[in-house]
Parts: sequence; C-alpha cells; structure tokens
Amino acid sequence: MGRFLSKRITTFVATLAVASIVVFVVLELLPGNAAEVMLGPTATPEQVAALQRTLGLDRPPAQRYLDWIGGLLQGRTAVSVSYGSPVSELIAERLQVSLPLAVMAMVLTTVIALALGVYAAAHHHRAGDLGVMVLSQAGLAVPSFWLAILLILLFAVKLQWVSAGGFPGWYDGAWPAVKALLLPALALAAVQAAILARVTRSAVLEVSREDYVRTARAKGLSRRAVLWGHVLRNAMIPVLTIMGLQFANLITGAIIVENVFVLPGIGRLVFQAIANRDLVVVRDVVLLLAATVVLVNFVVDVLYALIDPRLSARDA
Amino acid sequence: MPEPAFWRRAARHPSFVAGGVLVALLGAAALLSLFWSPYPPAEIDVPNRFARPSGAHWLGTDSLGRDIASQLLVGAQNSIVVGVVAVGIGLVVGVALGCLAAARRGWVEELVMRASDFTFAFPALLSAIMLTAIHGPGLFTSIVAIGIFNIPVFARIARASANGVWSREYVLAARTAGFGAWRITLDHVLPNIASVLIVQATIQFAVAILAEAALSYLGLGTQPPQPSWGRMLNEAQQQMFQAPQLSIYPGVVIALSVLGLNLMGDGLRDLLDPRLARAR
Repeated sequence: MGRFLSKRITTFVATLAVASIVVFVVLELLPGNAAEVMLGPTATPEQVAALQRTLGLDRPPAQRYLDWIGGLLQGRTAVSVSYGSPVSELIAERLQVSLPLAVMAMVLTTVIALALGVYAAAHHHRAGDLGVMVLSQAGLAVPSFWLAILLILLFAVKLQWVSAGGFPGWYDGAWPAVKALLLPALALAAVQAAILARVTRSAVLEVSREDYVRTARAKGLSRRAVLWGHVLRNAMIPVLTIMGLQFANLITGAIIVENVFVLPGIGRLVFQAIANRDLVVVRDVVLLLAATVVLVNFVVDVLYALIDPRLSARDA
Repeated sequence: MPEPAFWRRAARHPSFVAGGVLVALLGAAALLSLFWSPYPPAEIDVPNRFARPSGAHWLGTDSLGRDIASQLLVGAQNSIVVGVVAVGIGLVVGVALGCLAAARRGWVEELVMRASDFTFAFPALLSAIMLTAIHGPGLFTSIVAIGIFNIPVFARIARASANGVWSREYVLAARTAGFGAWRITLDHVLPNIASVLIVQATIQFAVAILAEAALSYLGLGTQPPQPSWGRMLNEAQQQMFQAPQLSIYPGVVIALSVLGLNLMGDGLRDLLDPRLARAR
C-alpha cells in the first residue's frame, strides 16, 4: 500500500504541475497578448505597453510562472482587474454556492443511480428493468441545461413554486438557499444518474453471477444480506470508477447549470471574467477546476485500493 | 465493407434500426437545408413575432419573427459539422497515438497514456473557456475544444484494442516473417480494431452534439447569424414567460439526435461484437 500511495501521489503532483503549465502557456504565451485581450481592439500600443508593465507581462515567462505558482502555494493570488479584489476572495465567496450545489448533485446522483441500478438488476429482463433502461437512455440524450430550462418552465413558470433563478445567500437561514439550489442540483443529478444507473445495474448483474455469491446464498444467507455484504461491495469498483470519471462532467455541468439559473457561483464568475476580459480570474478559476478533477481522480484511485487490496498489490 | 449478412442482422436489430432512422433524419435535415428551408433562417419579421404554429410557420416564430422550423433545419448543419470535424480530430490523432503506444510499448506507451490521463483534467468546456478568453467565441473554438477532448478517448481505446491484436499468433507470424511495426499496424491492427473505433466514434458524435449545444448555449460556440440549437435555447430562455414553447423545440431536436446516435452505437456494438451482446 505504501509504494502504491507514493506512486499515486507522485503522479498526482506531476499532473497538477503540467496542468498549471498548460493553463499558463495557453492564457499567457499563445499569440494574442493578454494585455491586448484585456484592453480590447481600440487600445493604443502605449496603453498596451503600460498595462503589460502593471501586470508584469514584460518579465521573462519562467519568472512569471514561478511567481504565480509560488504565490498560489503561499495562498496569495493576483488582484482581479474588474473586481479590484484578490481572486482567492472572489473564489471563496463563489464557492459558497458552487460547493453545496456540487455536493447536493453528487448525493442526489448516488441515491438515484444506486436505487435505480439495484432495482433494475433485481428485476433483470422484466418490466422494471426495461423501464429503468429506457429512462437511462432518455437521460443520456437530454442536455442538462435543457432539463434545467424544462424544470424552470414547470416549477417556476407554470406552478410558480420557486423563482426562475437567483440565489438568496445563506444569511436568511439555510432553507431558502437550499431551495434555490434544489432544481439546479436535480438538473445536474438526473443526467449523471442516467449513466451511473446503467453502470450499477451491469456491475450488480455481473457480481451476482460470481461463485462466491452462489456460495453465500448456499450457506443460507438471505438475499438482502448477500446483496449488501457481497454484491454491492464488489460492484462498487466499476461504479466508483465511473463516478470519478463523471466528476469532470459534474463540474462542467455545474458551470452550465449555474448560468441557466443565474447562480452566483464559480461558473458565473468565469463567464463574467471572460466578458470583462479579466484573464487573471480566468487563469486561476480554470486551474482550480482542472485541479479539482485531478484531485477527485486521485482520491478515487486510493479508494479503489481500499475497497480492493488486489489493485494496490498489482500496481506496487 | 460489411458483408450482406451483416445488413440482414442489422435490419432486425431494433435499437440499430430506431437509431439509424433518427440519424438518417438528422442527416437528411442538414442536407435539405443546404438547398432549401421554408424561410431564410435569419430573416427578421417583427410584426409576426411569437407567431403560433401554422401552415405559414410550421413551428411558429421567435421574438424577432424568425421562422423556428428553418432555424432548426439549418442548425442541423452546424451540429453535424462540429460533430464530424471534432470526432475526426480525435479519431485521427487518438488512433495514431494509441497504435504508436501499442507498437512501441515501453516509455512511448507510458508517455502517451500519461498524456491522455492528463488531458482528462481539461473537459471540453474548460478548453473552450480558455480559448474564448484569448481568441473569442466561435465555431473554431468549439471544434478545437471538443476535438482535443476526443483525442485521449480514442487513444486509450485504440491502445487497449491494439495491444490485444499484437498478442495474437498471426501478428507473431507476421513479425517472424520480417514485417515491421508500421506494416503490421496497417495490415493487421487497424482492420481488427476498426469495429471498436466505429462504435466509439458513433458515441463520441453524440457527445460532440451535446457539447456543441452547451457551448453555443453559453455563447462560446457558433455566433449569429448562423443558427445553432444551443443558442436558440439561450434566446428562448429570455422569453420563457411570453413563449414557453420556444424552449421545447430545440431541446427535443438535440435529444432525438443524441438518442439516435446512442441507439445506433449500442446496436453497432451488439452487431459487430456478438460476444458483448450475449454477455448483456
């Protein structure tokens, strides 16, 4: 396990380093000077040169990169041009919306997917199974932002139970905030759950055919005990893999759904930054999101090894 | 070319047929719109704004009086172009890298695989955000972003399948006969992994249509006056209270296109790999 962990940690740190270099190269070194982008097409060469000096763009790229990363490691971020405050403060503020949204969506996804997947596997080749498969096929085809729009149409326009978007903040108690995040989380979760329900179904079916499951049943264990004690634990490996891979989709989906519901989260922040040509914000937010995807995949890898020790033994 | 027996089996496969019909409709709509649409899709007719569906406007008009049916028809071109080019980029670069990794093994394989692990950290939307921040939004931005995202998908699949082919006896025979890695890849590996790649390409096409719709919904993709399904949904959302029906049509068209491609991909998988079909 020790060698497995150290190998995984090395890969994790190396991936983060490469990700930061890619973000830096794309946003700061590719043709299309950052100062020109920020000032727009009407800027004079003198204005561009002045902004380059203010932003430190006239220094060598390697030094700029090291300053940026060194600052991030010490918890320092650059000041946003359009907001006038450090990017870390902006991100911390927006995370109060994005983080609960992602967690709610993840919980909903897991509950819906496991329930539907196990139900379908238990009713293999019967109407219930077919129903879940049809539902999942539909879920795969529907874009999350369209589902979000349909939910707004139904619950905000037609039934008028909730507002069509916006976020009241956490100051007036938790319920109004949770209520504002419920539809966005549902829109995100439904699409994710469609994929995960299929994976859960086939994983449960596959494990159910294993000899040790037959042995457990032959020993006299109840169906329920076998399902929880043997089948689900082993079926979790492919389910976890797909959940890890889906996390990138969840982040992408959250950016889109935040824009549909006008939620002041990270997704809105990065779009406003593009509109304001605030490249400092774009750079830090993109790195944060990419790093989150890498971190989640790392955690999933380690979780695997905990669930199935054979994996770490093979890899060490 | 698949033999006639393949087509006879295909014609009896329900999801392949259903998917095929939907995909054919999508293709036909795009082709038809090259020559004809009920109205020019960008033609503004303010007196006729928010018209209900009628003989003159099959699906009605939007807030500027533009004909919805015409925009949907011409929008199909956009989805197909992005899908074909983005999947093409992934297929060509990804398969080349995957086959190279399988043929060379060692550090080349390790490098290709680590690079594709790494590319997963940048979903299409993140790449599109970075590209838009520097170069501005547009069709090019969506194609490049979705294409880059497709490369590791194909590289992984090509490598895994090609490794399987490389361990077969006939490849060993070809190597003993003195054929090089390049020749073996062209003669044996590619023909044997083609079916897996075709199935994956169909599924990635569906993913590309969804991604393109999302990017144009967010304003990062196709720009006016070229109609796109994603942007139609964005515009419809602004008029949700006056004309809720406008939010329905583009979504239905996107969902049916993606459903068609997914069903066709599932059907192709069953038809091209009967072992998998039995296992399900």
